[in-house]
Amino acid sequence: MTNPQGQIVGGLLAPHPPHIVYGENHWRNEPKSECGWEVLRWGYERARKHFLAKKPDVLLVHSPHWQTVIGHHFLGLPEFHGLSVDPIFPNLFRFQYDLKVDVELAELIAEEGKKDGLITKMMRNPNFRVDYGTIVSCHMMNPEWDIPIVGISSNNSPYYFSNEMGQAQMVKLGQATRRAIEKSGRRAVLLASNTLSHRHFTTEPDIPEDMSREHVYEHSGYLWDMQVLDLMRTGRTKELIAILPEFMDHAVSEVKAGSLAWMLSALNFPDYAGEVYGYWTVIGTGNAVVGWDPQLREAATTQGAMA
Amino acid sequence: MIQKAYIVPGQPHVLLAPDKNEGWRKLHDAYRAVGQEIERSGAELILVYSTQWFSVIGHLFQVDPKPKWTLVDQNWYELGEIPYEFRIDPEFGKLYAGLCKEHGMQAATVAYHGFPIDTGTVVALKLLNPNNAIPASIVSCNIYAEREETRALGYAARAAIDTYGKKTIVVVVTNLSNRYEVGDIDPAHDRISSAKDDEWNRKILEMLGEGRLEDVAQVARDFAREANADMGFKAIWWLGAVMGEHNKYDGKVWEYQPVWGTGNAIVELTPNERKQIDWEKEFDEGPVPTFATASGTGLETHNVLGTPASETAEQAASPPPDVIRTDRAPKPVGPYPHARRVGNFLFLSGIGPRKPGTGEVPIDDIEVQTRAAIENVKAILEDAGSSLEKVLDVTVYLTHMKRDFDRFNRVYAEYLGKVQPTRTTVGVDSLPTPICVELKVIAAI
Repeated sequence: MTNPQGQIVGGLLAPHPPHIVYGENHWRNEPKSECGWEVLRWGYERARKHFLAKKPDVLLVHSPHWQTVIGHHFLGLPEFHGLSVDPIFPNLFRFQYDLKVDVELAELIAEEGKKDGLITKMMRNPNFRVDYGTIVSCHMMNPEWDIPIVGISSNNSPYYFSNEMGQAQMVKLGQATRRAIEKSGRRAVLLASNTLSHRHFTTEPDIPEDMSREHVYEHSGYLWDMQVLDLMRTGRTKELIAILPEFMDHAVSEVKAGSLAWMLSALNFPDYAGEVYGYWTVIGTGNAVVGWDPQLREAATTQGAMA
Repeated sequence: MIQKAYIVPGQPHVLLAPDKNEGWRKLHDAYRAVGQEIERSGAELILVYSTQWFSVIGHLFQVDPKPKWTLVDQNWYELGEIPYEFRIDPEFGKLYAGLCKEHGMQAATVAYHGFPIDTGTVVALKLLNPNNAIPASIVSCNIYAEREETRALGYAARAAIDTYGKKTIVVVVTNLSNRYEVGDIDPAHDRISSAKDDEWNRKILEMLGEGRLEDVAQVARDFAREANADMGFKAIWWLGAVMGEHNKYDGKVWEYQPVWGTGNAIVELTPNERKQIDWEKEFDEGPVPTFATASGTGLETHNVLGTPASETAEQAASPPPDVIRTDRAPKPVGPYPHARRVGNFLFLSGIGPRKPGTGEVPIDDIEVQTRAAIENVKAILEDAGSSLEKVLDVTVYLTHMKRDFDRFNRVYAEYLGKVQPTRTTVGVDSLPTPICVELKVIAAI
């Protein structure tokens, strides 16, 4: 039996600072706050409303906080549950997670990646602790946790070799992801779990959610973020991918981990506008929630044809 | 007091798969042998700094007395799981964190169920201290900390060890060259990923084998640049600062082997004050600290952390004549004396219950600690020509006012009820060492 062709119904730049989960006081997270980082949280809410309305079968997330040396790894069991304690901000994030995995799709992507010469592995240990980047991005997109995910690790190659070499791998992984989704028959939303500029404060206020202390770390980081967001907003993602290696160096951007390049590649480098749902800083780093809806391109193409 | 220091690798291969590679086996066996030596040494504390415990907001200190979990490494899960339950000394961690905070550094203790202890620390403690015979303390590695901050963290460790007074083994968990093979390899044919990395590793190990820890610290940047050393090899800055920033050690390289392309060694350094050094330091970087003695930490070049009090007091060439210090009371934990005499008055610094000589903190019981603190006050007063009967004013600091106030009063009354000094009692969040009471006294002579 063959599946009807699957499709990517959305892609979201979905940053993962644990602060935004802390700020919303979800019952799954033990620490409690007064408030905090609303612009990002409300941005996520609007993105969630838009993309969940498309009834996706699966959310695919690429996370910088599952770092692998040998190739690209995938969560490979139908479910994982446990306690995630952020090793860096344990005071903010101690989260009970319980997630389902679309193992079949994960295996398909792994197979497609191998065909392109990538090393891929399935992680099948039930005691594996899912990283907090995966959890935060998925939770902010779907706090009900009622849609299975595909969890993909971040390969460390750019840290050993070069930004360009790492990005080339992510482009291949994105292409493999797209082919696998099409074969699977799934309706998929992609989550690129990356912050933009990533220089951050090295001290924390006594009240972590004190927003009077929150601002971008440095002006140059902000300028970079705005340049990148402008390219996203105007559908110039091929230009964007070309300058990402420079962005990684100049703004210490977390896109070095490859999540954004992977998603843009899987989306076939959108030439239609990304919707910026929100931009705000978290301990000085630049974070944006930006969505691409392939339907917008289809609509534009159709209108153009009719005209 | 520091007995020895070790540099060890944090690769799970050594713990979980020694039979897959001869070199991994050699590292495993050397690790075990070192562990046996440590257990026999009478050490009372193992202090671990691991490059795999990342922090970004200052430094974190593990104070959960019994952290327990099953670790599945994010990279090497195919090698198997590592269940662990460690014995942590929370009091030392609190003391160490407190000293860092006191000197303006960002520091926080962690005691959360399920906090992910890093693979490097887990591997080191499983192999060095398999029976949990010795309590451990663990401090994080700030990934953004530069040399100055990392050294300051080391000075604070040294001050904490001096204050705590326990025989301590210092362990850094770090790879040497850190270029992994990024593909699948046959473990049996594991080798250092480049000849250049191998040459650099051997150069570093030659220096460490000669006990030249400070020389290695001075070339850490070059090593990091040339051989992609683990986390910029900042662990060596921390270790150097803890150990006194000099070259007077007996060094021993137990083993050097590749693990998946990276360089890994087990090195032992034993302080040897009598060691004759017939060479000068090879390299300096920036304003170089005083280098001549074990305690010459060069703190004057830094503003992150002040001079450890225990050293300052001894190094002070000619203290003012009205300064009172005594061996019958515990050493101050900052740059101040026990008391000063002004005319017919005696002003004491804040005095707590730590034991004279060892600095050991008594059990967390307000009656025990109050008694010990007053005995310390009494000793200082007597050595200054005064006595408890001449006490005029007391300020009391309690960390658990609600819990301790009544019982504190009972002991206080035994000593000072009849003397009737004026008194103020203040509840405070914490004190520099993990004690629950401190007394500030003014007395007549």
